[in-house]
Amino acid sequence: MESVSIGKSVSELHELLVHKDISSTELTKAYIDRIQAVDPDLQAYLTVLEDEAMTQAAEVDQKIAQGEALKPLEGIPMALKDNMCTEGIRTSCASKMLENFVPPYNATVTNRLRAAGTILLGKLNMDEFAMGSSTENSYFTKTRNPWNLECVPGGSSGGSAVAVAGDEAAFTLGSDTGGSIRQPAAFCGVVGMKPTYGAVSRLGLIAFASSLDQIGPFTKTVRDNALVMNAIAGYDALDSTSVPYETPDYTKFLVNDIKGLKIGIPREYFGDGIDPDVAKGIKAGIQTLIDLGAEVAECSLPHTEYAIPAYYLIATAEASSNLARYDGVRYGYRADSDDVLGMFKKTRAEGFGQEVKRRIMLGTYALSSGYYDAYYLKAQKVRTLIKQDFDKAFEKFDVLLSPTAPTPAFKFGEKSADPLAMYLSDITTVPINLAGIPAISIPAGFVNGLPIGMQLMGKAFGEGALYRVAYTFEQNTNYHSLKPNLSGEVLTCGSR
Amino acid sequence: MVVANKYEMVCGLEVHVELQTKTKIFCSCTTEFGGEQNTHVCPVCLGMPGTLPVLNREVVNYAIKAGLALNCEIAEFSKFDRKNYFYPDLSKNYQTSQFDLPICGKGGLEIEVEGEKKWVGITRAHMEEDAGKLVHSGDTITTSNESSVDYNRAGVPLLEIVSEPDMRSIPEVLAYLEKLVQILEYTEVSDCRLEQGSVRFDINVSLRPMGATTLGTRTETKNLNSFSSVRRCMEYEIARQSRVLDAGEKVIQETRTWDEGQGVTLTLRSKEEAHDYRYFPEPDLAPLVIDREWVERIRKMLPELPEARRVRLQALGLSAYDTGVITQSKALSDFFDEALSSYGDAKTLANWVMGDVTRLLNTNQCNVVDSPISAPQLAELLGLIDKGTISGKIAKSVLEDMYSTGKDAEVIVKEKGLAQISDEGALLGIIDDVISANPQSVEDFRAGKDRAIGFLVGQIMKATKGQANPGLVNKLLKEKLS
Repeated sequence: MESVSIGKSVSELHELLVHKDISSTELTKAYIDRIQAVDPDLQAYLTVLEDEAMTQAAEVDQKIAQGEALKPLEGIPMALKDNMCTEGIRTSCASKMLENFVPPYNATVTNRLRAAGTILLGKLNMDEFAMGSSTENSYFTKTRNPWNLECVPGGSSGGSAVAVAGDEAAFTLGSDTGGSIRQPAAFCGVVGMKPTYGAVSRLGLIAFASSLDQIGPFTKTVRDNALVMNAIAGYDALDSTSVPYETPDYTKFLVNDIKGLKIGIPREYFGDGIDPDVAKGIKAGIQTLIDLGAEVAECSLPHTEYAIPAYYLIATAEASSNLARYDGVRYGYRADSDDVLGMFKKTRAEGFGQEVKRRIMLGTYALSSGYYDAYYLKAQKVRTLIKQDFDKAFEKFDVLLSPTAPTPAFKFGEKSADPLAMYLSDITTVPINLAGIPAISIPAGFVNGLPIGMQLMGKAFGEGALYRVAYTFEQNTNYHSLKPNLSGEVLTCGSR
Repeated sequence: MVVANKYEMVCGLEVHVELQTKTKIFCSCTTEFGGEQNTHVCPVCLGMPGTLPVLNREVVNYAIKAGLALNCEIAEFSKFDRKNYFYPDLSKNYQTSQFDLPICGKGGLEIEVEGEKKWVGITRAHMEEDAGKLVHSGDTITTSNESSVDYNRAGVPLLEIVSEPDMRSIPEVLAYLEKLVQILEYTEVSDCRLEQGSVRFDINVSLRPMGATTLGTRTETKNLNSFSSVRRCMEYEIARQSRVLDAGEKVIQETRTWDEGQGVTLTLRSKEEAHDYRYFPEPDLAPLVIDREWVERIRKMLPELPEARRVRLQALGLSAYDTGVITQSKALSDFFDEALSSYGDAKTLANWVMGDVTRLLNTNQCNVVDSPISAPQLAELLGLIDKGTISGKIAKSVLEDMYSTGKDAEVIVKEKGLAQISDEGALLGIIDDVISANPQSVEDFRAGKDRAIGFLVGQIMKATKGQANPGLVNKLLKEKLS
């Protein structure tokens, strides 16, 4: 029942559409069928927009019939993390608070993907308000890892990673505040880019931590990733933190050549918490790059150990303020009470989940009078030091390389009882958000039948260099072309 | 101010001014007052999820302009911060404001009370967004069964101007506020419509024993919107605090509210209940860098301020009192200046503007900007007096006709035949008649009683219904009688 087109990359699908080997309607229908077939197991989608998607696809087919040239993403079915606003379509942030919230406007990325001619299949599951590393914090459902249904997909953009890994969308968008694109991309064996802060507009992205949040693409291949970046990146006058710069054609960096490129290996990213098998896998990847002509040397980012505390102070402080608006007055969940204060309290007590409440409390505390200097201000100073670490490293290196996550995907419930352990698993990703630089996670092997990701970090607006290394690695390895077996068989160690 | 010879009052003020920009501070909604509830709103000022603020540069222009007019330093680097507190009229439950790096730094202005000049320091002025408005079914939020929120005002730009605690009496406070509002009106940064709440005052008042150098405990009374409320509120609060101190008790540091109906201040929240606003830098907005060219560009746009205007008008020969009255409002002063451009006698013009024109406007409760008599029309009327076409007395009635009909003075004079008789031949006949009808007065005059000539002139004016040119009548009469 599944179309042979399912599972192909965006660029392959584009060729099929251009040559009329398949219509957008057929392609869209194939994805809808696929979602119906596998999503009961995977639980990536919170909303599936079958009718809307089919209508959009018919419009694209009409263009094709009229002989109009197709843009690179035109007619391609995709899906969005459920924290990006879609006019007239529920945007829940996977929270009871916004269970019935229908935005009156589109996020800039929604508009740009619309303008690019893509087909919106639906909205994807996530940790509530993007707070979490396993998508277990969703109010609605637990998304499962296609490589092993007993494992988490990572988070917070778990649904976005799974939809691509499970062939439920040709590509998806996620958001990354401390690793929420890269870590699930690594756990699910797909490509995930966290662009430079300010490269992609945040307008319409429901804020978690404003100074760290950034939207980016999940794709099967590095080329697809560059194509999606071409569509979504670029200055937006309506986002004051968006940077006015001329967006390059990211596909022009896709050359299978890294000779002489200088790659730094920060030793702090291979520390105690890193699973030895993961370290081994990444080191094998490094050898591949050396063999391809890269100049690799160890380096140091000395303030890395302070990144987790600094991150969890800054992110929660901003979140405590960003999430204050959910009070039951204007939209979203409202609890009944006799007075206004009671309504505020009850609405927020009932509308938010545990982890969200934990972070609001942490952040409120960090900003409180008498604690501000010791916590928030100090964390900002650490942030500057971490940024300087990277600046220094990039004087010597074009790109830095590390494991994306310390371990492969873990089992449901394994870390959810211990928030601190969960926070510590973000050690390799949060410094990048604090520094505002870009980083990409690409498939780099398997440990116990679960994918692991290689993280490449670049200078601000240096996405091009990351694409170049990622593309070269991809062209010379086959990890990205391996697919999870979704016939129901649970893969275990050694099956690959 | 000395209270019962025991205490000295110390007062500092925070003044919130709505800036007169066309659109709100962070979105493109209109700032127009009124409008049906929740019609001047968009996802941004409603604080919808995912929305972001974009700073309206015009707000910065206005803030710089006000800052310069108030002698403030304009910061090269300033930023926005979030002031976090929960209240239903605040759509994001934080107010985007400026905390430690405001756009305007130290400044101040000179006030004058009973001939004494005094400098009142301004600590700072910062930009922020206004909140929405609660509409209660009952009197207050706690006693109402229902409250609704109107967010039309949410996001209207405000400038909060904070003074030093430099004022020592109610007249000083009122002089400061009048001067401040006058400057804001002159610079056109605000329409200063107090009755619509476009300027609101928070008053910090404390008492201390005479001669003490440290400040007493203060109370802050929030949200007054008229000068008379400020005066009454301060009278009440000073009396209340002195009673507390007289009883040997301590004034509690707290925020109070003014009950206009009862004429009392009431506790709003104590120091313990004070909000912890958890200020932190607004991550959705870049810091604001204002280069010096920007400031100079705005400085060039500054209009003549009241002080400069007073100096200029006094140089034209007007008294200090007259210049004070004329420059009190920019509108009246602009009217004066416009008339002055075509009628050069400043003193005469001032008398007419402050006298008959103001009286007509006041009687009809008309603002000078809406005056049916334009400044050039007034200038023309006064020109007719100088030319001898009409007398000053006739001019007063012409002015009233101009006010009610909007017609030019010349038209009214012509229509009503009010032009003075300056024809010697015509006047000589009348003079002869009057002389022959009043032999006794003629004799008195010749006997040296100068006053008799006044009677004769009056008779001639009467015979001409006031239209005889008085100067000419005098001259001809004297010639006849000598």
